[in-house]
Amino acid sequence: MSLQRIVMTVNGVERTVDAHPMERLLDVLREKLGLTGTKEGCGEGECGACSVLMDGSLVNSCLIPVAQAAHAQIVTIEGLGSPEKLDPVQEAFLHCGGSQCGMCTPGMIMAAKCLLMHNVKPSREEIREGLGGNLCRCTGYMRIFEAVEAAARKQESEAAR
Amino acid sequence: MRKEGAAKVCGTARYIDDITLPGMLHGATVRSSIARGRIKKITFDPAIPWGEFTIVTAADIPGANCIALIQNDWPCLAAEVVNHPEEPIVLLAHADKHRLAEAVAAVRVEYEPLPSVHSIAESERKDAAVWGEDNVLKSYLMEKGDVDAVWAGADFIVEGEYETGAQEHLYIENNGVIAEYSDAAGLTIYGSMQCPFYVHKSLVKLMALPEDKVRVVQVETGGAFGGKEDYPSMIAAHAALLVRKAGRPVKIVYDRAEDMAATTKRHPSRTRHRTAVTKDGKLLGAEIDLVLDGGAYSTLSSTVLSRATIHAGGCYFWPNLRVRSRALATNSPPHGAFRGFGAPQSLFAIERHMDRVAAAVGLAPEELRRRNFLRPGLTTSTGQVIPEGVDLEHLLARAMELSGYKEKRQRFARENERRALKKGIGLAAFLHGAGFTGSGERRMGSVAAMDATADGMLRVLVSSTEFGQGTNTILCQIAAETLGVDYGVVQMGPADTSVVPNSGPTVASRTAMVVGRLVESAAKEMRHVLTEAGLIGEQYSTEEFQRAASMYVGKHGQLRTEGHYEAPPNVFWDDELYRGEAYGAYAWAVYVAEVTVDTVDYRVAVDDFVAVQEVGRVINPVLATGQVEGGVAQAVGYALYEKVVWQKGRMANNQMTNYIIATSQDIPPIRVYFEEVPYKYGAYGAKGIGELPMDGPAPAIVNAVSHATSADFCAVPLLPEDVMTKLAQVKSQVVEVVGA
Ligand code: FES
Ligand code: FES
Repeated sequence: MSLQRIVMTVNGVERTVDAHPMERLLDVLREKLGLTGTKEGCGEGECGACSVLMDGSLVNSCLIPVAQAAHAQIVTIEGLGSPEKLDPVQEAFLHCGGSQCGMCTPGMIMAAKCLLMHNVKPSREEIREGLGGNLCRCTGYMRIFEAVEAAARKQESEAAR
Repeated sequence: MRKEGAAKVCGTARYIDDITLPGMLHGATVRSSIARGRIKKITFDPAIPWGEFTIVTAADIPGANCIALIQNDWPCLAAEVVNHPEEPIVLLAHADKHRLAEAVAAVRVEYEPLPSVHSIAESERKDAAVWGEDNVLKSYLMEKGDVDAVWAGADFIVEGEYETGAQEHLYIENNGVIAEYSDAAGLTIYGSMQCPFYVHKSLVKLMALPEDKVRVVQVETGGAFGGKEDYPSMIAAHAALLVRKAGRPVKIVYDRAEDMAATTKRHPSRTRHRTAVTKDGKLLGAEIDLVLDGGAYSTLSSTVLSRATIHAGGCYFWPNLRVRSRALATNSPPHGAFRGFGAPQSLFAIERHMDRVAAAVGLAPEELRRRNFLRPGLTTSTGQVIPEGVDLEHLLARAMELSGYKEKRQRFARENERRALKKGIGLAAFLHGAGFTGSGERRMGSVAAMDATADGMLRVLVSSTEFGQGTNTILCQIAAETLGVDYGVVQMGPADTSVVPNSGPTVASRTAMVVGRLVESAAKEMRHVLTEAGLIGEQYSTEEFQRAASMYVGKHGQLRTEGHYEAPPNVFWDDELYRGEAYGAYAWAVYVAEVTVDTVDYRVAVDDFVAVQEVGRVINPVLATGQVEGGVAQAVGYALYEKVVWQKGRMANNQMTNYIIATSQDIPPIRVYFEEVPYKYGAYGAKGIGELPMDGPAPAIVNAVSHATSADFCAVPLLPEDVMTKLAQVKSQVVEVVGA
């Protein structure tokens, strides 16, 4: 298969890559664009470590052929905040202990972000469901749930101001 | 707050697969396809341009062909025989990683098959001798009192047999390393690992290099749970061999399927109990026969077995006890370290057995336990005297109250009669020895250091690694507290064997308790040095301390202090007889699980979970709670979902799709409570915590399922099909009674 020129918007910046159309979006992000924040845990759509936002929905980038991402808006963990200026969800994960080894964390935060975009005040049950596609082997999820709730509260109080 | 936390939540933390070195090749492994056999011939399919590949076989190993652990029987690459499926035989490297899969498949190995064994029973019967003469990797006999004398005086003798399955660690980051080499610097390994000095020791032997020509650096590690204690030495060895031959850096990162099929798992077990008890529930004595399946090589089995043996009697006082234990070889990849290290297996057996002893005597499960708990002044199975402050009865009362145990136990039994969804509640009481077993800590003689940089940054120097459990945070907290400075100015030095002293491996829940204590003494020493030099007084601010440290560095070139391991006074351990102080301290716990068993689809759901424990002083409540919750979640999987399907020694379900762990939707509310009784010889009163929560959930859950269904379940994992089979049996037994 020959290389194809693919244009997509990644974290708000237009990027052009030459890639095999069937190459995984995950590899293009990590290897061609140097965005190694997105992780691989299984490569088969089970763990969610590779979760990114594509046109506002949560996808497993290990299952997306890059051709499918042409002209899409992609947001990865690098697109949220930085250690100097954390996104509220990142901050909540840090404070509540929602990240231990950190391998599930970028994907988990993207899933939480997506959930909160569609539901500003999710119940515990809705959080459990919303994060159902993202596996964490370290935390037992409790601190992650608390982080999502804390982020929701923070967003709410900021919106009220 | 977690030291490296900001990098983790921003995705800037660098794990091994995030690192690329210039000119780097990718490595892959050709593995055995059969369980046991002699290698007759290796051929390379001419369709592949082999000239482009670096090829390594056992013949390329400059030193000893083994991964050095305890007995050195684990080959780095199989040369003449293979003893399990997925055993590494040939290594390949190429600049394009996409070319490797095809090349691996094009290496054909011909074997002369040899007979193999695939279960504890087959190994025990010696269907084939696959290790030594009798397949026994290690055995222990631990005796207390005179068990043979108790049977005559017993009102009841209760027997039981319990089994636990293998468990895959399933850290989300697979194993991986990068190796580079130069004549000047020697060999450097970067990797995901728990124990840099284990890797170092193993490479020195394998590569026949002087110690200072091997450097091992741990990079951010995405979960380990024991699974990166021994295996990283293997992958590092492979990468080292490839880099020596290729002359270019080599990365080996496993994919999920390879990691699951080829690396270690928790030892499967079978435990038989025979217990003598009086009619008022006093335990007179027991005989326990414990067997672990060790896999094809001995690796860490002897130490896992040791911990399993010592924990076999649980948290009860046994006037008389005999534990016979063996680790047997089978032809599967070696089983290794996994959080709990043998204790979850033997504690599952005793805690399930206690419910059955209680039923035989006619006592409530909690009451039988209460009457036999270890208390201050009583002795453990090894004769260790329980110190003041241990109060299991209190933990039990608290766990029962927090879970509403009494009321639910009665109500569920009443209501279950009329329901298809049957509810149950069960508990487990247990202990976990913190730190190395027996004389391990004294033999290790660990050292921790602290130093200061010219600009007054204070660093903790240890080989203890962070893999999610909070090493960085806890050790910096201890150092900051001892120095009397802000947490923010204390940093971790790199986990690099060329920089840090050997503070021992990061295992056995020893980091906070043992290494923390060493950091505490290194910090005290630093304070002392600066006081002696007249640079600080009694009172100082963080800035003053930093200024003093930097002045000292300016004047003397460096400021570096050490803390050396000192055993607590009056400890004694007999390695032959298994008598004495098995552990510096034990952590104690009572866990309660509430479940629903669906008698239509036989699924078990855990509805509520209460974990009450005493782990000494809790240094960081958020991290400690997270450790318990994470351990409980892994153990829920161990109890109900995680089944390794073996086919002739090979894991058949080596995918996340069909090896199932608990998701956010399966996990009950986990309610965690600590009782704090500071431990005199741990850093700031801390004891170990990491492994304890893995021990109790499986028996608590299975006790609850047995309560819900009035059927005796004696094995984990307990899958719906197992529940179905058992309940069908119970039904047919009932029919027989009615018919008779
Ligand atoms: S790596 Fe994509 S779902 Fe696991
Ligand atoms: S923090 Fe380790 S997998 Fe979630």
